[in-house]
Amino acid sequence: MKLLTHNMLTSHVRGVRPGGGFPLRIKATEVKVNNVDFNQEFTARMVPKVEWGALVEAAESLGHRGDLPSEPIPDYESNEDFLRKVHHVLMEVEVVEGMLKCPDTGREFPITKGIPNMLLSEEET
Amino acid sequence: MALPCAGLARYLLLLAQENLEFRLPEIKSLIFLNGGQFICQQESKLNSPFWILSLLSEEMARGLMKRTVCAKSIFELWGNGRSVEELHSSLKKYPVEKMEPYLRSNFTYKIKVHAFNKTLTQQEKLERIDSLEFLPFKGKVNLKKPDHIFWFLEDYGTDPNNIPEQPFHLYFGRWIANGQRDLIESYSVKRRHFIGNTSMDACLAFIMANHGKVKTNDVVFDPFVGTGGLLIASAHFGAYVCGTDIDYSTVHGLGKASRKNQKWRGPDENIRANLRQYGLENCYLDVLVSDASKPIWRKGMKFDAIITDPPYGIREATRRTGSQKEMAKETERGTENHISISSNYHLSDILFDLLKFAAEYLVIGGRLVYWLPVYKPEYTEEIIPQHPCLKLISNCEQTLSSHTSRHLITMEKVKEFEDEDQYFHILESQYLSYKSHNSFREKYFSGVTKRIAKEEKDNQK
Repeated sequence: MKLLTHNMLTSHVRGVRPGGGFPLRIKATEVKVNNVDFNQEFTARMVPKVEWGALVEAAESLGHRGDLPSEPIPDYESNEDFLRKVHHVLMEVEVVEGMLKCPDTGREFPITKGIPNMLLSEEET
Repeated sequence: MALPCAGLARYLLLLAQENLEFRLPEIKSLIFLNGGQFICQQESKLNSPFWILSLLSEEMARGLMKRTVCAKSIFELWGNGRSVEELHSSLKKYPVEKMEPYLRSNFTYKIKVHAFNKTLTQQEKLERIDSLEFLPFKGKVNLKKPDHIFWFLEDYGTDPNNIPEQPFHLYFGRWIANGQRDLIESYSVKRRHFIGNTSMDACLAFIMANHGKVKTNDVVFDPFVGTGGLLIASAHFGAYVCGTDIDYSTVHGLGKASRKNQKWRGPDENIRANLRQYGLENCYLDVLVSDASKPIWRKGMKFDAIITDPPYGIREATRRTGSQKEMAKETERGTENHISISSNYHLSDILFDLLKFAAEYLVIGGRLVYWLPVYKPEYTEEIIPQHPCLKLISNCEQTLSSHTSRHLITMEKVKEFEDEDQYFHILESQYLSYKSHNSFREKYFSGVTKRIAKEEKDNQK
């Protein structure tokens, strides 16, 4: 699971407060860094789309924040250096094994071989 | 139809004579994607392999050909007519200053003769070329590597049992570019690493991405991803792709293989490896195990396109997460993480969930492309599901049997999703035929059931 995906996911357990299911806390037992070709245009497109605080927090919790600033910098579209850092965090850092934990209810969603399992039983939804 | 106006030039599009219904929405979407508008001349018939288009620039024509799998080639049209005389007089009217840059003495050239629905002898072809000697060709002929290629095309209609002596229409033009028909072969499911029982034919997968106006740097989502065949087409066009499926085994590439002479799936049979096979792994975001009817995406998160082939229980079972009771029945799947078991998922609910999801999670102008199964005797346009945020763009039928077909539906988000749309309910009448899952399936299969019953009866005799 890439951190871009993590940034789009929310918990949907029954009884979760509106908006309370985001961001999911990451408990990783295996993290891998894969090389992905840098695409400046795509990365710049993603900057306003991600919840920045959640991204920084997620990267931090995996020990891969590097020097990613706590706010997107002004004129980021043309700042390759900044966008490369964003690209690294969004696309290259991957959780291979671990758990995603609902911040509100504590329900855990397992990540196996890089693939999160978001299924709930009927009683939980 | 509009007459060509200032700035527009005439182009001849040569199309492949298959997937006829899918061609117009594909070409329209791609011209739109390249910033143009579809303007087709009256004389072109849509079921013919020859269409005359008016486009703003050669660049737009090239943009179209970089994407189309329905069209073979595009030409700058220099002349056309219903007889040789008409063609010649049309060619003589074409401004010399527009021809001259391609006919100069420092350029080599070649003329190709192509007849549709008739085979011409070499002698006949040479006669066609000789008949054009009035054109001011100054360069040398080079058959192997010409600078410019000109095509002489003749249309003998589409009925192979009734080929006329003289062509219905003749065209002459400068070749500009070929389409992407080669992709159908290079992405063939036959040689794909990871496939399922219902993997989409490569050509249709590309058509779906084109109908969906997928473009470079888009984020494309498939909520019923299966083995990811539809994502491959979008990734080929430069989009970043992501999908979910309720089936843990499929997403993880476990279990029985879909190939005839292979029993179990190999260790690296998964969607990511498929993209890697085509050099597209950079475009892989993620796949997740999830129920398409559940809201796992945060509010405000938007996809550029949703392209999917939902399971209608006809070739793959329809499922969503069920209750503990039902789960207890299915204990044979021992994977620790595997919570899923699915209860029957009614067709009307699949459609309702899919449209609502698209209405909420697409960007404005983003498209939903999906297949709808149809029991032909009961088909009317009213059964196509609607949503106040989504506008129907195209509806193309692919016939499957005498009484069944599937329709490729393309919708575009035209209005922001607001609270009132949350409670939008699909009109009863629309969904009636999909309401009862089993009755729809029974009808869908009725032909087959009857045939089997008859065969059994015959065998007993």
